Amino acid sequence: MNELLLEIADDELILGWRDSEWTGVAPFLEEDVAFSSIAQNEVGHARALYELAARDLGTTADELAFDREPSEYRCSELVELRLPEWERTIARHVLYEQADAERLEGLKASDDPEIAGLAAKIDREEIYHRLHAEMWDARLRDEPRYVEALEELRPLVGRRNGHTPELSTLWEEMTSVRRSQPAGTAW
Amino acid sequence: MVTEAQVWEALAEIPDPEIPVISVVDLGVVRDVRVEAEHVHVEFTPTFLGCPALEVMRDAMASRIAELGADPEVEVVLDDSWSTDRITPEGREKLRAAGFAPPTPRGEATTLVQLQSNGFRCPYCGSRDTALENIFGPTPCRSLRYCRDCKQPFEQFKTI
Repeated sequence: MNELLLEIADDELILGWRDSEWTGVAPFLEEDVAFSSIAQNEVGHARALYELAARDLGTTADELAFDREPSEYRCSELVELRLPEWERTIARHVLYEQADAERLEGLKASDDPEIAGLAAKIDREEIYHRLHAEMWDARLRDEPRYVEALEELRPLVGRRNGHTPELSTLWEEMTSVRRSQPAGTAW
Repeated sequence: MVTEAQVWEALAEIPDPEIPVISVVDLGVVRDVRVEAEHVHVEFTPTFLGCPALEVMRDAMASRIAELGADPEVEVVLDDSWSTDRITPEGREKLRAAGFAPPTPRGEATTLVQLQSNGFRCPYCGSRDTALENIFGPTPCRSLRYCRDCKQPFEQFKTI
């Protein structure tokens, strides 16, 4: 079960990080707010899932999130890519939210009440991500660049055997502060 | 020795860090208070998992309880037990007075069609002729709407 928790947590952390790259530079202000808020939620979900796994593994959420090597992450290739094109970002958002909804349904039915309870809470928040994805899917449905992006990214949804080089680049950025051990810090 | 009623009263003075017009008790995030001798145990559920106010609220509750001369333990419960349905009637009224439309009941399915409908009442003029501007807002728990009658943008508390 910890493997599944880490898989979801890694997906949410990495996707949250990628979504946050739109902060300040989205095509318009509403989407700046939307992607920043979605990113904040995803990282919050990752933290709660890491905390649950960490208790069982005898470690901490921060150690799971930041002290593993890139090769140890279980995220799918879909979330790793840096996608500076809006239509590809939306295509990923739509594909991810669909896959995530199915996975959460399974987790909500878990025998472990803590896991089922957390999955239910996460799912409540994800409703709003799905509505946002649905809205954009309806807007871009007939746009050829968007249709191509969906085709391009769909095979990556469940690809977890290896990682793209982009994960290593993101990992360097994401863990740089923690690895630098600024003066006076103890974590 | 403190009583449970004293603890509830003290917690009711702690404002939500992001919407200070309502308290953590109004918000319904305090799930349970138990007193055993000098020890006070509080169960607390976050609104949204990524809410940065979580630590602020937890620390504020612990220090307020310590001020009562008790030994606080604030347990964060991460399950689906908090819903916007737990916001008290007083809390909903305080939200409205501060320009936030209170959330709709959880029982109704949240769909795009529903959010885009004009069933949400403007907290300023009471009109239902309001439009969804953005599902997301300045904090995870809020959406942005616009009142076509009084031309006032306002924030809607998301139903969770």
